[in-house]
Amino acid sequence: MDNIANLQAYWWLLIAVLGAALVFLLFVQGGQTMLYGKNSVGDRQMMVNALGRKWELTFTTLVVFGGAFFASFPLFYSTSFGGAYWLWMLILLSFVVQAFSYEFRRKKGNLYGTRFYDILLFANGLFGCVLLGVAVGTFFFGGDFTVTRSNLLDAASPVISRWGPLHGLEAMACWKNVILGVAIFFLARTLGALYFTNTISAGSAFTRRMRAITGGNGLVFVVFFVTFLIVLLLQGGYREVDGHMVAENNIYLHNLLNMWWFTVTLLVGTLMVLYGVFRSALSHNWYGGIWWAGIGVFLVVLTLFCIAGYDGTAYLPSTADAASSLTIANSSSSLFTLRTMTYVSFLLPVVLAYIIYVWAKMNASPITEEEIKSEHHLY
Amino acid sequence: MTDLLNLVDWSRAQFALTAMYHWLFVPLTIGLSLIVALMETIYVRTGNVKWKNITKFWMTLFGINFACGVATGIILEFEFGTNWSNYSWFVGDIFGAPLAIEGIVAFFMEATFVAVMFFGWNKVSRGFHLASSWLTAIGVSLSALWILVANAWMQSPVGMTFDPAQMRNVMTDFWAVALNPVAINKFLHAVFSGWALAGAFVVAVSCWLLWRRSNIEAMRRSLAIGAWVGAIGLLLTMWTGHGSAVQVARVQPMKLAAMEGLYNGGNGAPLVGVGILRSSDEIAAGGDPMLWSVEIPHGLSLMLDMNTTGYVPGINDIIAGKARGADGTEITTESYAERMVAGAEAKAYLARYNTARANGDSTAAAAYADSVAANFRYFGYGYLDSPEAAVPPVHLTFYSFHIMVAGGALLMLVFLAFILVYWRRRQMLEKPWLHIAGILSLALVYIVSQAGWIVAEVGRQPWVIQDLMPTGAAVSDVPVSSVQTTFWIFAVIFTGLLVAEASIMVKFINSSAKKNIETQN
Repeated sequence: MDNIANLQAYWWLLIAVLGAALVFLLFVQGGQTMLYGKNSVGDRQMMVNALGRKWELTFTTLVVFGGAFFASFPLFYSTSFGGAYWLWMLILLSFVVQAFSYEFRRKKGNLYGTRFYDILLFANGLFGCVLLGVAVGTFFFGGDFTVTRSNLLDAASPVISRWGPLHGLEAMACWKNVILGVAIFFLARTLGALYFTNTISAGSAFTRRMRAITGGNGLVFVVFFVTFLIVLLLQGGYREVDGHMVAENNIYLHNLLNMWWFTVTLLVGTLMVLYGVFRSALSHNWYGGIWWAGIGVFLVVLTLFCIAGYDGTAYLPSTADAASSLTIANSSSSLFTLRTMTYVSFLLPVVLAYIIYVWAKMNASPITEEEIKSEHHLY
Repeated sequence: MTDLLNLVDWSRAQFALTAMYHWLFVPLTIGLSLIVALMETIYVRTGNVKWKNITKFWMTLFGINFACGVATGIILEFEFGTNWSNYSWFVGDIFGAPLAIEGIVAFFMEATFVAVMFFGWNKVSRGFHLASSWLTAIGVSLSALWILVANAWMQSPVGMTFDPAQMRNVMTDFWAVALNPVAINKFLHAVFSGWALAGAFVVAVSCWLLWRRSNIEAMRRSLAIGAWVGAIGLLLTMWTGHGSAVQVARVQPMKLAAMEGLYNGGNGAPLVGVGILRSSDEIAAGGDPMLWSVEIPHGLSLMLDMNTTGYVPGINDIIAGKARGADGTEITTESYAERMVAGAEAKAYLARYNTARANGDSTAAAAYADSVAANFRYFGYGYLDSPEAAVPPVHLTFYSFHIMVAGGALLMLVFLAFILVYWRRRQMLEKPWLHIAGILSLALVYIVSQAGWIVAEVGRQPWVIQDLMPTGAAVSDVPVSSVQTTFWIFAVIFTGLLVAEASIMVKFINSSAKKNIETQN
């Protein structure tokens, strides 16, 4: 374990775990996009409060995902965040407006009205999901950047990582990235509907509607996800061999074949998602879909991160200069820092344990209109 | 170069905007979480349901503010990457670790237990709820710990070495970073100032409702807790503030000179109580930098090491290479001109190291690496155009520092007055002038709090990492127009957020005036 290659792999795995957890927790964002439509005021109230008790977990996971990337792969942090400026800024903006919208939306004196904050929640749900998908898409389809460390010696122009003139706008215009973004958006909506089905007890009409949304959005998700998978398996990339970047066709297909266990996790994860979604859509009295689909999503996203970064694969391929492409080996923190951070990461099971414990306590009984009426703190 | 300066200025402006808005919300979160936990503890210990309802009243205000701190906080973290990408690479190996620990250790604790705090009253036991309130308060403070460890490291870089092969700094001693005396002091100073701010907030809100003759008993109780927490917090803030000044004298003497407007130091340096600085042009032309001042003779020397004759260098002295020794005597060190030469040499050797390494000449590379190491201490000076470029904005630092100190002292008087009145002259709590004083203390505490951050962050300019990297070398390669655009977007969002928060709080407080808080929350 205690050599830099192992620690880099370990930290990439942790990044993958956090990324996978984040995508699962995007059910909050998905749920935010379905507050209106046929829902009554009472339904909406229960939906917002069901989501509102979880939004901070999603938000915190995003923050920790960023912090862990900074600590373990600082060259990615400086290259992608500083380069794809508009992409990350728009992601940030979409999440910033979420943070206060829950707390403010129904408070007297909120100045802009409940509808305004609900629009912000919708915007977070839509743009947050799509843009995060686009950002993850750059892990496979690359970015327009160069890294020249010696720039640091040029006082007039010292920046080592430089991105193309569009600064992330081009990533948003890349159809491959957009396909992943749209897939994540519909996945989030599907998970949101599954979460509502599991958490809210609001009568059969509400549950029927949620099951219909689960099926419809699940179908659209499957179409976009399968398209993304096909594009991904045909995609070329770079692999670092003896310190040099070597172009390779179908690199992710090769990774799945070479690291067969990831093919297994991808297939198992996909089947669990399909089972969770479509059984939930077709059943009248089954409420466990969120857990099947959630674990499935976790496995699929974990797999995608792993095949993006392991086995010398460039996880941020440069479309401008192959040699600048980032791998977990050339972009990581030092051995000392990775080792230190690894000790800290041993706290993660404790963190996970108390999150699960508190989740179970707080979700022990379903949310009902009566429960909402008796609640002191309401969103 | 002009473009780069523009970019640096706008990037700094954006970061300052975010940090200052963040610092409006965070200290209140820190302090109010403690006060809420204290109140709930009284409820659990006494079983008096009035305290439960008082706790819920303040918890609602805590919740409104909490979300705003979260919203502005995420931007700060990501702005290290989006706007300071070179910095992120140059020191990411050291700086990133505290940020990640902050997330793993503190943010999840905060996010998980704050949900129980708000929604768990009817779902978990009293003990579990109380534990959640305390864990939220601890999580909030732990968040402050790790970001301040990171911030302190920028002001006093320790526990690292420069790796020429990677062109970046790498951590060599985690405990030196985590237990950096500057970090410990900074953390305590920030947390205690949060207690003081929240104390003033509770005093102000209580006074407002007392003025309106509403919920008199509940507000008197709240006021007493607010005044005590505020006074204790402020006393500890003053203590750690003194410690901070002593540390600044050691690791950032230029900042201390700017805080005091001290251009020409000497033995037995005075402490400026109040003063007006002349304009920069007039100061550059020579003569006394102070247009008017009230000074405590020998006060600065006395404050730093309890010695009235100790040497304190001024701005001109530091540029010329004079410094204060460990025993408080004058010593000679490298002048800024010499540091610029050393910094330029470090960069030149680094360039030669790269060439030698690329050519496979390991012997020459090792020799150049040694030369880089020998000069690296002043690496950042190699980016400067002149010694004067290493002087922070003196006027802003000076006035901010003195506003902070004077405002803090005044605030202490307010807290002590309320404690005294509550203790010995409770009938005076009906006096409108006392209510007005309590309400005005809220504005005062925010001015003091913001001034403190300005001293800390403006006073260290031009360094993003003391002596190693100026802000000009830390920025991202982004068009200045992009940063200008996001600056205005953030300015509009944050201002709208602040106005909405204030409006919601006022509405909630005023609506509470119409009901009995002790029975109806």
